[in-house]
Amino acid sequence: MKKFIKKIMAGIAVMLLLMTTTALAEEVSREQIKGLDEQVQEIKSDVLSIAAELNKLEEKLLYPSHTQIAIFVSLTPEDESQVDYVDISIDGDPIIHHIYTFKELEALQKGGVQRIYTGNVTTGNHEMMVTFNGKSAGGSDFQKTETIQVEKDVAPKIVEIVLAQESITFRDR
Amino acid sequence: MFRLAVIAISLLLASSSVSFAAENASPQRSKDLYFSEALYYAFQEEWFEAISRLDTELALSKELDEPELDTLYSYLDQAEFDIGDFELYYRMHHRAGRAIQAVIEGNVDEKVRNEAIFRLARIFFQKEQPGNAFHALERISGEVPENIIDDLAFLRTQVLMANGRFEEAVNILKQLEGVKSLEGFTSYNLGIALLNEGKTKEGRQYLDRTGLLQSDNPVTLAIKDKSNLVLGDKMLNEKDFTGAKEVLDRVRLEGPFSNRALLGSGWADASQENYEKALVPWTILADRELTDPSVQEALVAVPYAYGKLNVYSKSALLYGKALNSFGQEIDKLSDSIKSIREGTFLNALARGEFKQDANWVVKLRNLPESPETYYLLDLMASHDFQESLKNYLDLEQLRRKLKTWTKDLAAYSDIIEKRRSYYEPLIPGIDAQFRKLDSQMRLRLEQKDHIEQRLQSMLVAPRPDYLATAEERIIGQRIERLFQSANPLGKEASGSITARIKRLRGVLDWTIYTEYDQRLTDAYKNLHKLNVVVEMLRRQYTDFVRTRQAATQSYQGYDDIIRRQQIRIATATEKTEKLMAQQGHMIETMAVNELSKRRERLEEFQVKARFAMADSYDRATRAQARKEAGQ
Repeated sequence: MKKFIKKIMAGIAVMLLLMTTTALAEEVSREQIKGLDEQVQEIKSDVLSIAAELNKLEEKLLYPSHTQIAIFVSLTPEDESQVDYVDISIDGDPIIHHIYTFKELEALQKGGVQRIYTGNVTTGNHEMMVTFNGKSAGGSDFQKTETIQVEKDVAPKIVEIVLAQESITFRDR
Repeated sequence: MFRLAVIAISLLLASSSVSFAAENASPQRSKDLYFSEALYYAFQEEWFEAISRLDTELALSKELDEPELDTLYSYLDQAEFDIGDFELYYRMHHRAGRAIQAVIEGNVDEKVRNEAIFRLARIFFQKEQPGNAFHALERISGEVPENIIDDLAFLRTQVLMANGRFEEAVNILKQLEGVKSLEGFTSYNLGIALLNEGKTKEGRQYLDRTGLLQSDNPVTLAIKDKSNLVLGDKMLNEKDFTGAKEVLDRVRLEGPFSNRALLGSGWADASQENYEKALVPWTILADRELTDPSVQEALVAVPYAYGKLNVYSKSALLYGKALNSFGQEIDKLSDSIKSIREGTFLNALARGEFKQDANWVVKLRNLPESPETYYLLDLMASHDFQESLKNYLDLEQLRRKLKTWTKDLAAYSDIIEKRRSYYEPLIPGIDAQFRKLDSQMRLRLEQKDHIEQRLQSMLVAPRPDYLATAEERIIGQRIERLFQSANPLGKEASGSITARIKRLRGVLDWTIYTEYDQRLTDAYKNLHKLNVVVEMLRRQYTDFVRTRQAATQSYQGYDDIIRRQQIRIATATEKTEKLMAQQGHMIETMAVNELSKRRERLEEFQVKARFAMADSYDRATRAQARKEAGQ
């Protein structure tokens, strides 16, 4: 039985060793992992470069500057309300209905800005209506709606919508 | 749940990096929308989107003639740093290193340069290149940003320890002892460094001190448990069983290291032949999640203790129960190995919806289609396996993107073709009509310019005759003709006729001269009105030219770009699929090897338990016989 105890004790030592160190199979060497990782990094770089080219192509082809309108959404710092969803329409036509996930909401609260819509409008004046539904810090539901006139000229139009329980602010850029 | 916590904390301890969101919990809000958009994706850990957007924005900013007018200009250093960070989180260490190297070599402030070197050293350290990390840190000189002073010092100690320079690490760690954010980590590392330096007594004191920390912070509590476990194991090896028991019992019962602590605590008692006491931790452990190696060990340790207490029948029954459990687990492992070899594990990984969760690696085991993950938690805690898994998922994301882009490009070609077939027949007719209107417009504009010039000159040299009305001009011409007919060549008209004609001319001149100022004012007013109309015309003209240009641009000049992108996408897809196969095979091999190792271990336990069970039955029978003989 003593032998058995010794074996079990040796087993514990091996197990602790297995738990504390990175256990790798013999067939997968460190060099293989490193080599493959480097190739993965290379392909990521290639695909990022394709993405950059495609972004430019898409913008030129689908959203030429003289008709382009981009709408961004941000939250007022320190506003404790929670956004559930946002509806935006231009000249009465709904263009976007976005329901926020927890991660998206968190990203907005940390200071991120969401490009909610990129599209095309003709030059001239347009009426933009924004409705946002949310919950106040106390947990009650609320809805806010605001309308602004957006003047589109030949340059790309950028509108930033800043949401807060108190108000919706538009920043024409 | 309990083992999930073990893995979660292990991951936390294994990696010195924290999430971008945590590091930038209250970032300075950028006024550049596109930079903030990249942050929006970074906060969601969507690294591909974050990098591609910020890359584009930085490239655009560099192309500007007056970059200082761009809203990104004030945040350029921050953006350069952030893109390095994003690349780091996206495990593009080479690119991140290059980005940070560019900041270091650029014309930047000393503080910015030092922070960049700190980040570069951290990359080297994380990539297990302690030598490079050490040389990078040596380049730091002068002022360091306040917010990284402690982190830099701690990184320095980690790098020194990884390079075997424990004495220097100890000196710095002692200066960091009071830093609250590093509570637990400093004293634990001090203990390890001192033990490695050969100062066993002092090292043990620091581990002991860490093991007695009072805190509510889960991370501090985890390092406290780890410290107790390390110290307890060391004492067990040194046969200081009483001390080991005391230290191991400090580990929280529900903490991430409690299984190993309970097992060790039992062995500390058993080694002192306190088998009854040993049964307390081992019995608790034996009821826990069966896939844990410590729990499996406890399944044979408990009957072993009963055997030592001469309760052979119970011992034999428990060995039998353990054998049964081991058999079931071995079957489960065999099924899992088979399932992995059939590709189920990789298929489950590729589904990807569990990636929504921050602890996605841990949550893998919840996938019903991947029972094999049940035994992989320890492997999942290892850096190499995690990196391989993440690479596989990243490759899957790239593959999907490339597939979508292939379809997008086909759609773009379609759009272009439709635009071409719509515009090309229309354009020649429109161009011809436009040329006609253009020449008419030029003529009228020349006339307008001429009138404008004439009115300007009349301000200096008044010319009332220029402002005579058409009727007045006709009347003037009639008067002139009357005068000519009344005074034919060589003859003079009668005085009364001449006087009448002169009076008429006088009346006409009077009107033209006296109304000159008013007419000049009216002419200016009319010219102003004309300018408004001309401006409108010019706008229409510009709009037309732009629209005409846009019509051509909407289908011309894309063919080469699209063709080039299609080739690049096809090449990248092929490469990605090849890498996915290699990476997948590597993950499967690692997983199968781990499961096989666990199965072998269980098989060893099975053999030992079988013998021990037979021995226990034997002893139980003998004891029963002795008892009956005694009666």
